[in-house]
Order: sequence, then structure tokens, then C-alpha cells
Amino acid sequence: MRDIFASTLERLLGDLVTPALLRECETGTWPTALWSALEESGFAVAAAPEALGGAGAGWDDLYVVVRAAGKHALPLPLPEAVLANHLLARCGLEARNEALSIAARADIAMQGGLVSGRLLDVPWGRQAAGVLAIIEGVEPALVLLDPQQARVTAKQNVAGEPRDDLVFDGATPLASAPLPAGLSPECLWLGGAMLRSAQSAGALEAALAQSVQYATERVQFGKPIAAFQAIQHQLAVMAEQAGCAAVAAETAFVESMDGFSPFSIATAKVITAEAAGVVAGMSHAVHGAIGFTHEHALQHLTRRLWSWRSEFGNLGHWSQRLGQAVCAGGAAALWPAITSGHLELPPAEKAVA
Amino acid sequence: MDLPIRSFRHQPFPAETLALRAQVRSFLAEALKDRTPLRRSDSWMGVDAAFSRELGRRGWVGMTLPKRYGGQDAGPWARYVVIEELLAAGAPVAAHWFADRQSGPLILRYGSDAQRERYLPGICRGELYFCIGMSEPNSGSDLASIRSKAVRDGDDWVLNGQKVWTTNAHHAHVMIGLFRTGEKTDDRHGGMSQFLIDLQSPGITVRPITDLAGGRHFNEVYFDNVRLPADALIGTEGQGWDQVTAELAFERSGPERFLSSIALLHTLIDAVGRWPDTVQAREIGRLVARLSGLRQMSLAVTAELAAGQNPAWAASCVKDLGAVFEQDLPEIAQAIFDEAPATGGGSDHAQVLAALMQMAPSFSLRGGTREILRGIIARGLGLR
Repeated sequence: MRDIFASTLERLLGDLVTPALLRECETGTWPTALWSALEESGFAVAAAPEALGGAGAGWDDLYVVVRAAGKHALPLPLPEAVLANHLLARCGLEARNEALSIAARADIAMQGGLVSGRLLDVPWGRQAAGVLAIIEGVEPALVLLDPQQARVTAKQNVAGEPRDDLVFDGATPLASAPLPAGLSPECLWLGGAMLRSAQSAGALEAALAQSVQYATERVQFGKPIAAFQAIQHQLAVMAEQAGCAAVAAETAFVESMDGFSPFSIATAKVITAEAAGVVAGMSHAVHGAIGFTHEHALQHLTRRLWSWRSEFGNLGHWSQRLGQAVCAGGAAALWPAITSGHLELPPAEKAVA
Repeated sequence: MDLPIRSFRHQPFPAETLALRAQVRSFLAEALKDRTPLRRSDSWMGVDAAFSRELGRRGWVGMTLPKRYGGQDAGPWARYVVIEELLAAGAPVAAHWFADRQSGPLILRYGSDAQRERYLPGICRGELYFCIGMSEPNSGSDLASIRSKAVRDGDDWVLNGQKVWTTNAHHAHVMIGLFRTGEKTDDRHGGMSQFLIDLQSPGITVRPITDLAGGRHFNEVYFDNVRLPADALIGTEGQGWDQVTAELAFERSGPERFLSSIALLHTLIDAVGRWPDTVQAREIGRLVARLSGLRQMSLAVTAELAAGQNPAWAASCVKDLGAVFEQDLPEIAQAIFDEAPATGGGSDHAQVLAALMQMAPSFSLRGGTREILRGIIARGLGLR
């Protein structure tokens, strides 16, 4: 399944996600034709079992989908929709082949079947067909909310991707269900971090590829700049970082097949966040002034890397929780944790300020 | 364009290695229970003949070699489990390390039947130690410029010259050495051959070189008209460079390239204690994430080896990134926990910090310098 997923989506995005489209989306335009093509492809519902309208795909297969979205700087919430449908299915709810989004930072409550409160930093919150959020408490529940019923404060991340705040006042959820045992109330935060790791892995690979190509084509002092050792070694470091990020992100997906793996996700988020800074910086250094223009395609990748590393917990958030867990277990527990991939993390500090 | 980084794919351990890991772990818990953190920090430079023999007795040395030569016919995953458990525990593995890692596989691949029968069983028993003779005084990174010579004399070979930085030559029984057997031609990688050299042979002098911390790991080895029989040549005359390149993939891909300082991470975690401050938690978490990521990369390399591919490119990535990690570790450790490094006494952490801080420069030298590795990586990206 994985190879078909990869080749299908890579081809589709390679054809449709053009630099012109990316620039247009940054002004707030919703690319209707692109979403229709994705809807037809069925990737958004792939994670749900067939009985609930999906394809029964596991996270190991879906890794390549999310990575491809990152590699092509897809200006749509496909990764979010994949996660949302996975979670809907985990709660026994029907999958929805729509532009679903997620709100990992939520302060909401339900009374008499009506939801009030606010959702923060919702990807494409103003345009999504539904936003998945968790109501915390003694009986945590999953709710799918309709942004049409919200007061929207529009804002964007560094890459111009919508990250909106939504306020609900007595909204009727599109769907809701109690969170089943075994699904942590942190599932949106963990899942979101996992998505951003894979998207970053894809963008890192693409930034490396663009930089390698540019270095072999750009001639200075009578030879391609790739001939200079200083350039070669920067590209080598970028390759190491991109390679480490890719395998760490994939490991997080594979280890989350039977439930989100906090250790693997924290590891992936830390590594991809660190790689994002290194690779974005070096790819711009290699590209020179041309890569600094709005016209050049590199910025669609680097500005996303700068955004995604901070979303769903930055390097400090995940490294701190990882470090706290490691220290709590003592040195003797470290190696068993690394080899098994299992380590419980302490709870995050309250995500909504 | 498909970049070679696509080789870094997640590799699950085969389920059958689970029992082996538990077995190795419980053996080490008992065998090393009195080993101090400082001695653990010397893991793959620590020599202990009895320990190597015990590993051999258990079938954990040369385990990928065929049974008829004393090995286990085990796959690379089983070997990986054993060596990473040994390194993580800080076991003294130096005596047999080079034989297990590269000399055994090299002899199996290029050796004659007689050579295999002569050397492999001793390797698998954990009794026969090897060292690697590559660098020379004027040939470090530029290995193809070596001048030590092997000249035919009747049926014999006569060796003259000098090797340097030869780790464990003072403990090893046999050196696999790279010597010039032909004149330099336009092909700067031609005219070199590898020899199996009994280090007891007349004309060989081994002199220790003391490292900056006073450690005695490496040596100079002098060859003064050393006479070897015809069958000391291994592989094909003139193909030494290709053989060495293949050998280096083994040398560069292993977990010792990021686990050799794990003793310091261990003492740091215990020194900091259960309640780290924010900076300590973040830095330790970051180190653990990097270590875990390096291990995933290394497993991907192992999968390529298992599939019979030459993972030289990916191995170079792991080794270079691993060296950066291992050099950052003492820097971060000394910055986030306020205890000065100490020698000859002091806490476990202070002593391990002192030892590894001083070893750190070697991490980007041994097995190929940072510059050489990044050059290999650049070539794989199509830049040169």
C-alpha cells in the first residue's frame, strides 16, 4: 500500500502544487480544485477502517502521505484530515472525506449537548469543514465542531498557512463520542507533533534536493559552486540532518501503529525541529540571494520548516518532557527505553494560556 | 531526483532477536556488576582476554561467520543486538573488536580456504586479535599515498615501512596491513595489496604512542625486512584499495560511532538526579533524542548490509553525525551540571567526564576524519 500511496500522491502533488498556486494560497485563497483532487484520491479517509468509510491504512503506510504533503508544501490540511479521521474511527465515528482540521489547544466544555469555549491555532480553521477537539475532564470526549458556528480570529504561521482561533458559544457538534480507553486526551497534541515531524522530513528532503541541484548548476569562479569544499560540506551536513529526520519521523509513525508512542514522537519532533533550523539556514546559504526572493520556490519550504518546528510543541517542549522522563527513570532505565521505544512522558504544562 | 537519504528507512528488529537481547543483557548485568563507570567509559578500548574468551564461548564473537569456521551463521541483526548491548553496558570488548567487526568478514570474503581455516576459528573463540594497518606517518586522510612496500622475493614477500596510529597493535596477534605492491600509476588507487601479518614475525617492532590523556591505545609499527610466506597476501594483488574500501563500510557503520560515550550520559543523568531543572531536562532530552535518531540511522545501514549492499554512503552519514553527537556530549555535560572534571579520584561523573572530554577530539579522527566523510557524502549527492 505504501508504495502506491507514495507514487500516487507524489504525482498528484507534483502536478498540482505549483509555486504560483502556493503564492496564491498565501493570500487566503482556498484551492478548490486541489482539494477536489485530494478528495477523489481518498487519502483523507485512508486511516479509517473500511467499515467506517476508509481504507484501513496504518500509520506505517500513511507516513509517506504526510511526508509527501510536506515535501510539496501542500497548502491544505490533508495531514490534519488524516489524523482527524483516524481519531473519529478510533471513537467509532464515521469517516468524513472532507477538509477536517484539528485543535490540539482547546479550552472547551459541553453543557446540554452544546459546546462553548475556544480553540487556538487551528490549521485552516476559517475554511475547514470540521474541527476535531477534545473536551477534557473526568469523562473526556471527542467533538467535531463546525467552524461556521464560530467567531474566527484569522492569523497565519510564518509560511502564511491559516492558524486561526475559534470561539464557540453554544454550538451543536457535528459529531461527538466519549474518548475510548487507551486513547490519551493528549492524542491531538501527540498526533499533531507526529504529523509535523513527517511534513518536516519531507520539506527537509525537498530543500536538500533543491540545494544540491542549485549547487551543481550555479557557476562562480568558472565552476559550479558544488566544486567548492565549503559548499560540499554544508550539503553533506544537510543530508545527515535530513536523513536522521526522515528515519526518526518514520519510526514515530511505525511505533504509533498500536497507539501514539510518546517517546518516538518526542524524539522525532526534537530531531526534526533541530534539523529544520540547520537545513533551512544552510539551504539559504547555498542558494545565495536568489533563494531569499519571494519568487524562488525555496522559501515555500524553509518558511514551513520554521513554522512546523514550533507547532504542537517546539524543541524545548518535547526535549524537556523527554529529559524529565529520562531523569525520573535514572540512568539504568535509559537503554531499555531506547531499545524498546517505550517511555511514558510527564504531562505537558497546560497548553492553553 | 532520488537522493540517497531515502536509504534511511525505519527498520524493525526481527522478533527472534528479542530473546537474544534479554540473554545478553542478563549475562552482562552479572558479568559487569562490579565494573566502575570509569572503566565502562573505556568500553571498546578496554582489553580483557578472559571476557573476550567468555563471549567466544557463548558464540557472541564472529557470530555472522559460517558454523564450519566456528561462527553461528547468524544474521547481521543478531550481531547488532549483541554489540550494541555490549557497548551500552560498557563491556571491555577491545581485544576482539576489530577481528569481529571487520577482519573476520574480510577473511571470509577475500581469503582462501586455508586462510579462513587458519584464522576464523580463533576469531570466533574470542582468542585471536587483529589490528588494522592503514595510516602511515605521511599518509593519513590521503591513504592512497602510502609508501610501505611489499616486494616479492622468490615465493616470499618482504615488507618494509611503517604504520602509525595502529590501535591495539600491542595486544593483537595479526595485522591486516595495506602495502604497496606495484608502482604508482595514473590510477592512484592501484598497486596496493592487503597482507595478513603475524605480529611475532622477525623484523616487526611495535612502539606505543601515548595519547594526550596518558592512555595507551595506539602504536607505531615498524617493518624491517619482514619476510612473509606467499599466502600472507589476502585477496587479489593490486586490489587492496577496493578491499579496504569495503572494509571501511564495516568500520564506519557500527553503533560504536555513537555509543562509545554512553557512560557519560549515564553518569550525567544520575548526577543530575530525578528532578532536573529546565535546562538540564531539555539538554538531556535532546541528547537522548539524538542518540535514538542515530541508532535508527544505524539500523537502516545494517539493513543495507543485510541485503548485501554496500552502505558506504549511509555509514559515512552515521559516523559523522555520531562523532558530532559524541563531541557535543562532554561539552553539554560540563555546561549543565556544575562539577569539574577530575582524574585519579572524585565522583564517577567527574571522572567519566574527564576521560571522555579528553577522548572527544579522536571521535572525528578515528575511522576517517570529518572532512573525508563529508567528502564521501558529497560524492554520493553527486557534487563531485
